[in-house]
Amino acid sequence: MPAVPFEYAAPATLTEALELLEARGDDAKPLAGGQSLVPMLTLRLARPAIVVDLDRLRELRMVRRDNGVLEIGALVRHRALERGEGPLIACPLLQEAAALIGNVRVRALGTIGGSLAHADPAAELPAVVRALDGTVVVRSVRGERVIAADDFFVGILTTALQPGELVVAVRLPVPGARAGSAVEEFSRRAGDFAVVAAVAVVDLDTAGRVARARIALAGVGPIPQRLTRVEDALAGEPPAAETIRKVLAARPLEIEPDGDVHASAAYRSHLARVLAARALERAASRAARSTSP
Amino acid sequence: MTELKIALTLNGKRREHRVAAHRTLLEVLRDDFGAVEVKEGCGEGVCGTCTVLLDGEPVSSCLVLAGRVDGRDVVTLRGLSDGDALHPLQAAFVEHGAAQCGFCTPGMILTAYAFLREHPQAGRAEIRRAIAGNLCRCTGYTKIVDAIAACAKEAASRD
Repeated sequence: MPAVPFEYAAPATLTEALELLEARGDDAKPLAGGQSLVPMLTLRLARPAIVVDLDRLRELRMVRRDNGVLEIGALVRHRALERGEGPLIACPLLQEAAALIGNVRVRALGTIGGSLAHADPAAELPAVVRALDGTVVVRSVRGERVIAADDFFVGILTTALQPGELVVAVRLPVPGARAGSAVEEFSRRAGDFAVVAAVAVVDLDTAGRVARARIALAGVGPIPQRLTRVEDALAGEPPAAETIRKVLAARPLEIEPDGDVHASAAYRSHLARVLAARALERAASRAARSTSP
Repeated sequence: MTELKIALTLNGKRREHRVAAHRTLLEVLRDDFGAVEVKEGCGEGVCGTCTVLLDGEPVSSCLVLAGRVDGRDVVTLRGLSDGDALHPLQAAFVEHGAAQCGFCTPGMILTAYAFLREHPQAGRAEIRRAIAGNLCRCTGYTKIVDAIAACAKEAASRD
């Protein structure tokens, strides 16, 4: 079905785009890669009066690495993450996660800022940004805010973005030399959203024990969830598969998934435990390998 | 409603066009340019039948607003052949019987084309992963993989 006709603007500068979004408020929808918004337009689930196409905003395509922090422009595409283009190579977790997004066509156009702003509860990148303790840089005509990932996601398809605000970049502290990361997910068919995805980052100390473990899950609640009790319990432990399994088995996970047409709540809980263990094990063994002489 | 003036390269030819901003590239290609080799399947970016190459990368033309292709290069299946001379991938699809109803074929070949350009000597497992986003409801994929693998093998034997 064709979309309901709308006004269309493709501003050449970020300032112009922000002024337009401010002036038009709820009538406006910013268009990034279009891989979620365009189907919503053609299914007529979204009927904005005006679409503000961000495609010409080159300033949102930059990537830079500064003191261990990777700053990625909102319009950087999933394919660039997957290929590890330029400074993105510093964060292998992005390559692994981006390769799991949708299909190759989605990855050719979809953007990191779009994925974060859309905030699908089963999407990979929001979980990656939470696992890395990233921050989301948003801007409006009133100025810039830097929002921690923990505060950015507030519900299903809902973020802390205020009317007139646009995601302009995401900042990710790159894991250090003694760190390893991994993503595990289960989806019903190739290209489907994950039923559950698990993103793990493990840092080892100089003695080879877990200095810090981080694990974020997608698909088990309205927003990506960190398992802080599991993370805390792993600190100081050896990075061994048995330890990880024991820690995960010893406590209820801090999740309350809902069942839906894709999977029951019980099945999601089961997947959460299995995939969290696999992701942590793989991250831990990568971290151990990176430290071995 | 906004009407846009766009200029694009379609299969090597420059085309200028006026288009309503809410229309998709798929609609414009089929309805305005007669490029009916681009098939409409799900209309949601899932099935891959409407795949075209946009600046060389496979995209779902149903998920691209027409205004986005101004100044860009679009290739449909027809753009791969040289007149009546088929591209080696097309020839391999014919030779291996990789099409039954044929509806998925244009998207399948364009996806394989873009993939083989980056991974010219790919193995069967990589090929299966590469076309995972293109659905075929007839062949069971075996002959499609055979055809693509034959081209990859051909590339390997040339080295």
